[in-house]
Amino acid sequence: MSLVTHQEQAAPILSGPSDLREFPDWFRDQQHAAWQQFEALPTPTRKDQPWRFSNVALLDLAPFKISPPLSEDDRKNILKYSRGLDHYAARMIFANDQLIERDVVSEDLKRRGVIFQPLERAMVGHADLFGKYFMSTEATLGSAKFAALHKALVSSGTFLFVPRGLEIKEPIEIFHWLRHDNMSIFPHLLLVTDELAKVTVIEHFRSCDQRAAGFACGVNDLIAGPGAKVNYVCAQNWAENVIALQMNSTTVDHDASALSLNLHLGGKYSRFESLSQLIGEGGRSDLLAVAVAKHQQEFDARTLQDHASPHTASDLLYKNALDDRARTIFGGLIRVEPHAHFTDAYQKVRNLLLSDDAEANSMPGLEILADNVRCTHGATSGQIDEDELFYLRTRGIPVPVAQRLVVTGFLDEVIQRLDHPAIGNHLHRLIEEKFATK
Amino acid sequence: MKTDTSAVDIDRNKGDFFYPEAHVRDAGVGLSEQTVHYIADVKEDPDWVREYRLRGLKTFLEKPLPTHWASKDLEAIDFGKIRYYLSPGTEPKRSWEEVPDDIKRTFERLGIPEQERKFLAGVEAQFDSEAVYSNIKKAVGEQGVIFVGSREGLKNYPEIFRKWFGKVIPIADNKFSALNSAVFSGGSFIYVPPGVKVKHPLQAYFRINAENFGQFERTLIIADEGSEVTYMEGCTAPKFNTPTLHSAVVELVALKGAKIQYITVQNWASNVFNLVTKRGLAQENAEVKWIDCNIGSRLTMKYPSVIMKGRKARGEVLSIALANDGQHQDTGAKMIHAADETTSNIISKSISIGKGRATYRGLVHVPKHLKHCKNNTECDALLINSTSRTDTYPAITVRGTGNAVQHEASVSQVSAEQIFYMQQRGLSEAQAMSLSVNGFVNDLVRQFPMEYSVELKRLIELEMEGSVG
Repeated sequence: MSLVTHQEQAAPILSGPSDLREFPDWFRDQQHAAWQQFEALPTPTRKDQPWRFSNVALLDLAPFKISPPLSEDDRKNILKYSRGLDHYAARMIFANDQLIERDVVSEDLKRRGVIFQPLERAMVGHADLFGKYFMSTEATLGSAKFAALHKALVSSGTFLFVPRGLEIKEPIEIFHWLRHDNMSIFPHLLLVTDELAKVTVIEHFRSCDQRAAGFACGVNDLIAGPGAKVNYVCAQNWAENVIALQMNSTTVDHDASALSLNLHLGGKYSRFESLSQLIGEGGRSDLLAVAVAKHQQEFDARTLQDHASPHTASDLLYKNALDDRARTIFGGLIRVEPHAHFTDAYQKVRNLLLSDDAEANSMPGLEILADNVRCTHGATSGQIDEDELFYLRTRGIPVPVAQRLVVTGFLDEVIQRLDHPAIGNHLHRLIEEKFATK
Repeated sequence: MKTDTSAVDIDRNKGDFFYPEAHVRDAGVGLSEQTVHYIADVKEDPDWVREYRLRGLKTFLEKPLPTHWASKDLEAIDFGKIRYYLSPGTEPKRSWEEVPDDIKRTFERLGIPEQERKFLAGVEAQFDSEAVYSNIKKAVGEQGVIFVGSREGLKNYPEIFRKWFGKVIPIADNKFSALNSAVFSGGSFIYVPPGVKVKHPLQAYFRINAENFGQFERTLIIADEGSEVTYMEGCTAPKFNTPTLHSAVVELVALKGAKIQYITVQNWASNVFNLVTKRGLAQENAEVKWIDCNIGSRLTMKYPSVIMKGRKARGEVLSIALANDGQHQDTGAKMIHAADETTSNIISKSISIGKGRATYRGLVHVPKHLKHCKNNTECDALLINSTSRTDTYPAITVRGTGNAVQHEASVSQVSAEQIFYMQQRGLSEAQAMSLSVNGFVNDLVRQFPMEYSVELKRLIELEMEGSVG
């Protein structure tokens, strides 16, 4: 199939949900309702507080289309390039929202109740569980309109359920690819863990063509049941012409802990909204992110650490390295609800500016409605320490290499917090590659 | 309201009294072009000021309330029910004896003449719209320092006044600066000639005495090259049954090498909307320092700012806010770096008591191609009761590789161990709490002139009463 015919067959996303897909009626109704909501909600402007500093002009959705089925060649090639970790428990590979391959979990895990299915199957086979959690948290960090768009147009994705007391040792891997120019995807991950379950999930976001434009509007909802432990890693490496929005919500029940690490490398404009809700005593949430911004890239991160229960902890660490004319925005809030006493919350954003035209915007915020809390935040913006560079140069290391060492060292602190060497190495490699490209 | 606290030697209701009004000039209720013309007529404004006022009115009416980021409580202000200009119809008095007796009684209760006797260089007291008493010590006058009401400044020194008026804060800066531009009256005009260092602080005092009254003073301070001046203002209003509006505009201009220190201690009644725009311009090597203490009011929105326009200019904001029941202190600072090697410092401390809410809102902007700019921001919040609330909303933009910015904030409460320790030593819980709170703000208060630090400590003690136990 040639590129031209592929483009011609593609429907613009602004034409709304299509009824061609085989979804249950209730889901289809939801999609139509969501589409109406999308159309009714106003397009964000920079005057809206959640979009302050953002380049909202980039959010023109008119050029983007929904992909028709991919060719056999495309599917084969994508499968070949879908290399991530050496060891994984199971994986799913999607391209333009079409399932390319699924390596299911072992028979043993399956027998013990692990569900690892594409969305369209889970909504039929596990309607109760799916219906209970599917997009159950409102997008409150600015992207309500885009969450509605996602809900209206989502066509596939991953549903993972880990039952009580079960630990999945190796990570679960999910790939989302963008193929062809101006295509759009709506990646979805719904991860539900029951009491005391343990799991690590990594999502890879990639483009086939490094020059192709595209639009990605993803949602991932992580639900950590009582005492559960959830690790989530996102390795976002879109082509530099892609507009990407990702809305995350993490719900942490009592004594549970959730850690998310988001690596942002690609995209022209990449916005990431992360809502972490601590709803039970003893819950803990770690929010980690690294962005390497070059050329004219813009990374826009908005976070909310919402402490709704006493004796909860959260810790956010976001680091950005900015070169050329890149921009980053961090808008974060720690919110301690009334009665959420004994909250321990921390928030830190650090920007490393590598060029005179780079721009870092930080808005670290606090809203405290309880007492007996310990909440601190910090934001710093600076550049490479001349003394560090000098030290490396006296050891015979050339300036560009020394600079790269200092920058990777700066970012490494975040990745180390994951404490998973295999994933850590993979993320390092991606960062190195980004520095190596011009 | 709690009354009398002889133990701390201060009358809690010190500011809460008023005298029957006998205003000769009254612009009536509500705001229209007539109101603006009335004020301009009474004040015998030159044409350019009248036009300026009309432009202010137009901008005010066009601009929406900034409720997309600010408190929705702003919607409670009924601009149609406010009286925009009141005046006893007399010229400012130069000596204390000439001030009418009833007004003198007001000020005596507030302790103004005593303060003057304590080495203050001059006093400018504003009662509703106009300055009723102004005096400046001979020594300062002989140095060529001009310290008069804004009306007199406009009349007698038009060439300096017009050059800088409205230049630091343009009409359209925000809805409330536009409102002030339309109906301003009173406020101070200060000019300090090159090289003159004014030893003693100049002082002004503002008070709202009439119900439904909006006070819109306009202050302009120009420190010429190499000069230094400290200006202190105090504000109060008695508690009326209906909300009162105070919306001032303060512009500071520090020319090359000059230093301006501007100190505010305000203790508004808890139904005053206090929406003030304050901004300073610092040229090369100049320094603008705001010391800002906000106690009382229903809603205060005030973000003193400094535009550092010349190389090595310095800006500083030290602020203390105390929010008690029914109060929202939405305060902060803005630092605009517009030249190389400029440095700024923001230190903000807030205390929330009962159901009070204290908010820090800040902006630090370092544009590209600037070298060696530095900003340091520290915000600390103290929560006294479990119903207290505190927020921090900074916004920091940094471009380029030559600059360093750091922001830190923390929220804490008075530690139970500290209180226990002090109670063990025989202090009551309330005394212990009050001592801790004073300790929390102490390093900032120490930088204030003596009279103000004493006054502030007492005000804090009073606010703390009844907040524990």
